[in-house]
Order: sequence, then C-alpha cells, then structure tokens
Amino acid sequence: MSEEKVGVYVCHCGHNIAGTVNVEEVSEWAGQLPNVAVAKDYKFMCSSLGQEMVEEDIKKEGLTRVVVAACSPHMHEPTFRGACQRAGMNPYLFEMANIREHASWVHQDDKPAATEKAKAIISGAVRRSLELAPLEPFRAPINKTTLVVGGGIAGINAALEIAGAGYKVLLVEREPSIGGHMAQFDKTFPTLDCAACILTPKMFDVGNSPNIELLTYSEVEQVDGYVGNFTVRIRKRARKIDTTLCTGCGDCWERCPAKVIDDVYESGLGYRTAVYRPFPQAVPKYPVIDTESCIYFKNGRCKACEKFCPTGAIKFDQEDEVVVVNVGNIVLATGYDVFDARRIPAYGYGRLANVFTSMEFERMTNASGPTDGKVVLRDGVTAPETVAIIHCVGSRDKNTNVYCSATCCMAALKFAHLVKEKTNAQVYNFYIDMRTAFKDYELFYTRLLEEGTHFIRGRAAEVTDAARLPGEEGKLIVQAEDTLIGKQRRVPVDMVILMVAMEPRADASEVAHRFGIGCSDAGFFTERHPKLDPVATMTEGIFIAGTCQGPKDIPASVSQGEATAARVLGLIGKGEVQIEPVRAQIDEDRCSGCRICNNLCPYNAIDFIAEKGVSRVNPAQCKGCGTCVAACPSQVITGQHYTYDSIMSQIEGLLYDVRSPNEKVRVVEMEPA
Amino acid sequence: MADYSQFNPAWGDRAPVIIGFLCNWCSYRAADLAGTSRFGYPATLRDIRIMCTGRLDPTFVVKALREGADGVLVMGCHPGQCHYEEGNYKAMRRIALLQRTLAQLGVHPDRVQLAWASAAQGGIFTETVKEMTEKVARLGPMQWRDNLEETAPHQEEGVPL
Amino acid sequence: MSAKPKLAVYWASSCGGCEIAILAIHEKILDVAAAFDLVFWPCVLDFKKADVAAMADGEIDVTLFNGAIRTEENAEMAHLLRKKSKVLVAYGSCAMEGCIPGLANFADRKHMMQYIYHDAPTVDNPEGVEPQPQTTVPEGTLTLPAYWDTVKTLDQVVPVDYYLPGCPPEAKWTQAAVEAIMSGQLPPPGSVIGMDVTVCDECPREREEKKIKRFYRPQEIIPDPNKCLLDQGLLCMGIATRAGCGALCPSVNMGCRGCYGPNVDVVDGGARMISAIGSVIDAKTPEEIDAVLDTLPDPAGYFYRFGLAHSMLRRTALVRENGDRRAQPLEEVPHLDPKLKT
Repeated sequence: MSEEKVGVYVCHCGHNIAGTVNVEEVSEWAGQLPNVAVAKDYKFMCSSLGQEMVEEDIKKEGLTRVVVAACSPHMHEPTFRGACQRAGMNPYLFEMANIREHASWVHQDDKPAATEKAKAIISGAVRRSLELAPLEPFRAPINKTTLVVGGGIAGINAALEIAGAGYKVLLVEREPSIGGHMAQFDKTFPTLDCAACILTPKMFDVGNSPNIELLTYSEVEQVDGYVGNFTVRIRKRARKIDTTLCTGCGDCWERCPAKVIDDVYESGLGYRTAVYRPFPQAVPKYPVIDTESCIYFKNGRCKACEKFCPTGAIKFDQEDEVVVVNVGNIVLATGYDVFDARRIPAYGYGRLANVFTSMEFERMTNASGPTDGKVVLRDGVTAPETVAIIHCVGSRDKNTNVYCSATCCMAALKFAHLVKEKTNAQVYNFYIDMRTAFKDYELFYTRLLEEGTHFIRGRAAEVTDAARLPGEEGKLIVQAEDTLIGKQRRVPVDMVILMVAMEPRADASEVAHRFGIGCSDAGFFTERHPKLDPVATMTEGIFIAGTCQGPKDIPASVSQGEATAARVLGLIGKGEVQIEPVRAQIDEDRCSGCRICNNLCPYNAIDFIAEKGVSRVNPAQCKGCGTCVAACPSQVITGQHYTYDSIMSQIEGLLYDVRSPNEKVRVVEMEPA
Repeated sequence: MADYSQFNPAWGDRAPVIIGFLCNWCSYRAADLAGTSRFGYPATLRDIRIMCTGRLDPTFVVKALREGADGVLVMGCHPGQCHYEEGNYKAMRRIALLQRTLAQLGVHPDRVQLAWASAAQGGIFTETVKEMTEKVARLGPMQWRDNLEETAPHQEEGVPL
Repeated sequence: MSAKPKLAVYWASSCGGCEIAILAIHEKILDVAAAFDLVFWPCVLDFKKADVAAMADGEIDVTLFNGAIRTEENAEMAHLLRKKSKVLVAYGSCAMEGCIPGLANFADRKHMMQYIYHDAPTVDNPEGVEPQPQTTVPEGTLTLPAYWDTVKTLDQVVPVDYYLPGCPPEAKWTQAAVEAIMSGQLPPPGSVIGMDVTVCDECPREREEKKIKRFYRPQEIIPDPNKCLLDQGLLCMGIATRAGCGALCPSVNMGCRGCYGPNVDVVDGGARMISAIGSVIDAKTPEEIDAVLDTLPDPAGYFYRFGLAHSMLRRTALVRENGDRRAQPLEEVPHLDPKLKT
C-alpha cells in the first residue's frame, strides 16, 4: 500500500451541497478509506478559514495529498492549489472532487443516491490523488504586443486603452475601415447624440496612435501558441492601392463608372463605386478596389481611376500579403450580423417595397446616408404618414432566435422619435414587452409615450398589402392581437420598420475554433464565467468584448472593450505567465519507432528522429491533449497529470462499491489431489 | 432511489453504474452547467475528467466494464469544435472499433457510447445521461465478474462435461 | 541422490509446440541434460503424477509449464507443480496469456461440446455420444476431468515466478532463461524474460506517418517488401507486440500475429491495438469510419488472438438463460446486424 497521507475535506457549501448530500456521513466514511489520514467536513471550504484548515493539516499532520470535495475544479481548483502551495505542498498533488455541480445540484430529488455518488466521486479522487506526481508549471515571458480583432466600438476602445498605457496593439479589421456597426448609425439612444460625432474622434485616435498598427481589409487566418506567446497569421487582402502614395483625395471614386449596391455600409439602401471608401470619416482614409465589380478586373478595360489618380497610387497587380506576427494576448471583438428579415416571410421584407429593416432605416435617417437623412418610402420621395415599427424580428421567437437582442426596444423608441421629428407621421410600435433597463432608458420611453407614439402590445402576425377593409387600399396592413385589450387589430400604414435581431457572425463558430474558444448554443462566443468572468474565455490570453459575446448596446460594448484592456494590461504587468505543465513525454529508450503517433498531433509537436528510430515530443509545442498518449501501442508515452495509472486508479476508486475484491490475480482455491 | 427493475427485473433494487469520461473543455463544463442550472438526471453517472476525448484509452473502457460498470459514456466537444482540433475524431474512430470488438465479446454497443455536448449544452448533457441510463437499464446489469467465476464442476452423472 | 538441480517440464492445454521449442536450443539441450536432473517431463520421460506427488514441497528447482488451464486436470497439475517447485515458469504464450486455446473464451463449454461432437463437418457421431465425467464399465467407473467454460492462464490459477513469451518462445530466449537459471542470475520474480520494446524495433521495414484508408487481408495484396505492412493496410500487430522474435513474420511479408503478447506494463494488448489503429484510420464521419472498419473483419479475433484469456475482460459475456449461463452465440452479436450499427 502507498505511504501517502491524504486529507479529505468535504464542503457543505452552505446548503448547496449539505442540503442534498449527507456531508457528515460522507466525511466520516472517507476517514475509513485507505491512506486517508484526515477527513473533515466544513461549511465553506473556499473561505479563508477553510483554506487555513487545509494548510494547518498539511503542516501538522504531514499530509502529502489533499482532496477537497466541493464544487467544480473550474471554480476552485486554483484556490486550493494555492492553499496547498502556501503550506509547502506541490499544488499538483491536490485533487478536487466535484460533488456540487456533478452530484448535489443534479440529484436533489434523490438524496441517498446523491450521498452514495458523492462517496464514489471522493473514492475516485482519493485513489487518483495517490498517483499524482509533483509538477512545476512552465513559465514563459509575455509578449507585450496585443492583437485586437475587430474594429468596432468595442475593439476600438480595447485598442485605445492598451495603446494608451504604452503597449503595442495590432488592430485587425475585415472591412476597409474601422468603425463597425456604430459608424452606420445616425443617432444613439437615449441621449440622441450623433453616432458619428462621438465615434469619429475615437477612430481618428486609433489612426493616429503611435502604438496602434492598423490592418484593415485583413483577416486572421491562423493562430498558434499559448497565452503570452501567440503566433498569428494575418492575410492582408490586396487593396489594389499603394497606401504610401494615396492621399485619400477621392479622385478615383469620383471618376469610377462602376456603381454597385452597397450591402455592407449602406445596408443595401444605397450605392457605392467599385473603388470606394465606405464612408467619409473612414479610417484609414484609403479606398479599396472591389475586384468583383471593377470593370477593369471584369473585362480588362477602363482604368479610369489609374488615369485620374494624381499620385499613381492605383496598383492593379497588388497581391494579398500574409504577415506573421507574435502577440501576447488577443482580444476578439468581432461583432454581430444583422438578422435576415427574409427568414420571416409573413413580414414581407423583400416582397413588399415599403417594409424596411432597422439597419436600412438607420441609413435612411443618417444625414450622410442615401436619402440625405430624409425619411421616405422606397420611391425615394414620398414621406410616410403612418409608420409601424415591429419589435423582436428574429428575437424571442422559437422559430428563429430565442434570445432577446437587448437593443431593439430602445432603438425602436429612437426611430419612433426620429420619424415623428422628421415627418410628423403617426407611429405604431408592435411590441411583446418593452425592455428599457439601464440608466435613463426608462425616461426615454416615458418621453416617447408623451410624444404620442402608439404602443400596441402584441407580436405582429403579418404584414400584408391585401386590403380587406375600407381605408386599407394602397397601404401595408399590420395584423396583430392587441393583448392589452384582447382584440385583433389591423393597422394600415405606409411604412413598416422591422427591428431585426443581432445574430452571431455567420462564421462565428469557425472563428471561435480558430482561436480555440467556444460558442454558446445561440452561437455567440462563450465567456469563462457568465457573471464573474465575462470577458475572459476558457483559453488563457484570449478575451472577448462586445456583441460577439452576446447582444448588447454601445455602453456595454465599450465597457467590455475596456475591461479586456484591463485584463490584458494585468497580464502584461505580470511579465510572465505560468502554463499548466500538462504535457506528453516519450520514453525514447522504449520507443520502437512505429510512428503511430506521428501525425496525430494537431500542433506538430511530435518529431520522428530518423537516425535513432524514435519519436520525440517538443514540449513547447505540446498542449497536453493526450491523444498520442492514448494511441501509443507500446504504452511508452506518459501524459503528465493525466497518467495511465492515475486514471486507472480513479476508475477503481469510482467503482469501489461494485468491483470485486482481489482483482489482480484471481487464484482459484483448489487443493491438489 | 429510482426503481430500475421496471426496465429489467434483473436490477432488483440496484441502480446502473455508468463511468463517464468527460473532456475538460466542453462536456465537463456542460456537466457543470447542468449542475448550475439544477437540471436533474439519474445518479448513475460517475465521471472522470480528461483533457480531451483524444486521451481516451480504450483500456479505460474495458477496465471500467471489468471493474463492475454497467456502461461507459464518453463525451467530448462536437466534431469540428474540439479544443485540440481533432481529438474527438480520434475518439470517434477508437470507440467505433472498440464497439465492434466488444460486440464480439458480448458487450452491447449501447453500453459504450460516445456523445457530444458543448460547454453551453447542459441540457444536452442531461438528456444524454438520461437516455444512456435508460438504454443500460433495459440491457440489465453487466456484472462482469460473474463471467469470470467458474461454474461448479459438472460431475453429476448424465451431464456432459 | 543427485546434487544437480531438479527440472520439470509440463504441458497443459497446448499444441505441443513449446516442447519442441525447448528442444530447439539444439546442442544446448545436452548442457541442460548435464546440468539438471530431469524429474518430470511426461512428453519425454516416463514419470507419473504420483512420482511428483511423492516429492517434498519445493523439491523441484524449476518447472517450465506450458499450456493454458482449461480442465480440472490442468488446474490440478498446476497446483501440484506449484507446490513442488521453487521456481515456476509460464513457458510460452498459452501459459502466459492463453494463446490459441484461449480463443475458446469466445464460446463456452456447451458450444464447444456441441461443435466438437456434433456440428463440425468432419464429425461422424450418429448416436450423439458425448464424453461423460463418469462412465461405468465392467471393470469399474472411469472418470474424466471437468472441462471449464473459461480457459485461464497459469497465473490466474497459481502464482507464477517468470514468464517466457512467444508461440513458441524463440530458442535464444529459452537459452537465456536456462542460462540465467543455471547461473542463478535471475531477474526479480514476476519478470517476463524478454525485451521491453515492440516488434517494430526489430523490423527493418521502412515506416512512414500512418493514414489507413482501408485494410487488406493477406490474400488481397502483394505487399511491398520494404515498406511497413501497416502503412500498406495489412493489419500487423507488431506495433503493440513485445519484441524478441526478430520480427519473423514481417520479414516474410506477413503481418505480426502478436504471439509475444503486449509490451511491458500493458494489461490489455487488444485495447492498445484498438487505440492505435483507431487513431490512424483516415476517416472523419461515422459512415466513412464504418466503411473502413468493414474491411477489418473479426477485430476481436485479430486483437485478442493470443491474449484473450489474459485480457481485461478475459472472455465473452455469459448470458443468463433459464437460470443457466451461456456464451452469446456469435450470430447474435449485435454488430453483425446492420440495424444496430452506431
């Protein structure tokens, strides 16, 4: 039997565990297990008193292993590893037994079973702990440069904060200019200040910061490495413009004969040229040539832009450029996609001309937009007399997205106000619930009520142009149940605005995978903890901000952007990172060179040393997944901390009550005749 | 305690025991989320955290069955979403081969299952455990050790050797 | 009495190859004969069980025991020889891990009797005679030892001091064992006398990174003699099999069968093969994976050909029927039913 002395601590977690699992019984039982020298139960193990108890026992009782039966290791493993370390025990000799998330909370209706399961979990943890080996974390210096992906308001703020503290930032943006969705907006709720007026200075600061290197029209293709030491491959798409020569004068796009619908910046409501700058305040100021619509790229003739460019900056033969950079931390602020309103055919978008999306309306009401800020019907001239605003289009709907997009109620109020202000039209809001939480938002709602905007509580069933009643001819009719008066209503209007949902980017799961983070069920990036760690991810050194994490408004996006900056600066300030020493090792003396493991490693960490006929793991590249460990047919690869013996012992421990005794050699009792 | 004899009388007052292998990044967190969300499921699963389903050595599965488990549930990240790129594909292939091999040893493929749950899918995790428990409950107890105990020598007359 | 150390050799359930393998040390056998006093070797010398039973406990210095344990007689002799021997060596794959006799663990006694005495195509048994434990003849009652459901390895019945792997063990290892015994330079008890690497270590074939798109049976392709057989889709157990044979089978274009058993510390060689082979199959969807695995018939037979009786599960499950147990007939094995494919 092993010589180790194990301390087992069973946490009540208030009633969270003790309400379901009989913790006293469990701790008494644990005291009888082989090698267990100390077994105690305590109200809150994670409290400083609980931790001190562990530290004291390590010193006094000479414990060599500690098992805390409490919550998930993702919650408090670092806490108790710290306690062990303070008492002079190697932190990797600590083992957590998860009897809260995996027992008490999920078996509340079967307390005896929860108690028995807690015993099995502890038995497994104790057996596993006996097989643990002391390990030292790897230490690596932190590269002080940060990569920010996405130049919307969240990414801009993250970049500015980090750059402001004196560290280099690489800001990568997929579009030709930074600014994101906010650059498309006219006014912002609830103060109605102009989006451009508050955003443009920030964009300008980004463009002028000596610490920010801006890579627009670029995308991250590959990410390798680990916290503090990421290697990132970025594709700079060819702008076909030599930015060292371009002055942003505009001669090229003014002369460009190719006009195409601008689906991105103008939301399809306006046109742009083939060589274009998305909007006047764009940062950087340089245009790009869209080779798909450029006449020269289509049929080899035109080159009007090249002829008129005063500095000779047009470079039709410019190629994509791939740059590889090293960064220490990464902030993802990749934003959201707008829900495609065509997915709800009952609302007629794309079929009924005067049904608009909220993004189209943003552009329409924007002074620099396609209608110069005039609110008009699709014909471009007629002002509406009645406007319906339909809330929750693609939100709070089990057919599309079940979540609330958080910003649409307030944006709808803003639109109602702007319609009223610009056309004096009657505005009808069709809403499910008005959601106007946060500072001063409710005041804005009250103001709209006072302005005489109509609010009809009910999800609109359909928008149709099929008139049935007098006064409906030539109008769009919104059919809805007014649930406050309990009646069906048909409201004839001239214009319908659909408050479309925020959705995860179409490639969000692909991007998440590229950066090694996860996505929620809805498809937004997953934070480390929904309440207490909202901008970190499961992958150290990768942070998320803004709407890529979930629907949110500008102030929340800004806060998250700045929060990520604080996290990044914290890591940079530490100067070095500690990395879990969970790595694979090949016993080269016993490796037979079968090469089974060679192409299993996703990080190419395994090299075949031909002259010795053995394989070798490069620890710097290994991330400790254990795939090669499991695959080795001669069982000569060791996976640290998740060793073969530790898992085999844990299995035996978990099955302590069902396994047969004397498993190793079953000697048949029989006397020779 | 739930009554499993309704699925198969051989259970008597016993409950199935399933050993789970959960990957650190997705399914273990899905199990955590099921806990945080208080999604109840049968207390049949006893899980082991591994970094990735790629670490799943089939030896662990046969060990669990040998040591008295009635089933083994391996859960990882969805295909294409493995934290280590492709570990779950390796698990998928190993489990497929293991299921075929075990079938020849009389172990029904339902006793060794591979399933996916992302860190956000506490509900899917819960449903998977429920389904697996019911499948195993229908199959009845495994009690592998019974297979290893030699029956009493047949010495009575007329009984073939 | 002779002062020479006493040697015994016994065969239980085995083919007899190990007996010949002992003789394959050629002229060294004369040294053995000179160095040892052969006290029991039923195949060669006319000693009886009673002679052994009459010896004092521990009187035999070394017993080389080959063959698996499948009948009461086998077990009885194992116990007897254990009691009478100072050192008990599990000689060869049968005694060490069950070997080919261990494949009987895919069935049970009833199935074996049914096949051997009734169903096998070469059987001519119109009266359906089966061996009986007791048969009364005019001279008295004859008894036969009971036949077990499960074939066991020697160390599942009695404690074993040393193991010599191989079907049969190569002469050089027999010689090494004999020399070690003669010189008294024995490794710690429980040791396997052999190597701690796998057959690949001794195999001269050129190996590459592995990606297997389909498996071939030996009759389906003529393999490149210089390239790794597994790389060519031939199931070679060499990757997971203890070295020591000098890669005999691969050197004649035949995949290693795995007779030396798994590498040191490996408890279940079949599971190691499943893991390794599963890792390098080049398929990503369940359908693709199934298509590749369909080219690999009888995986359990391949992976546990020599080691079933010594593997983690040891045998096929016995199902309970009318209070009696029986092995699941192969035709009822679920994976053969396409509907059950997962």
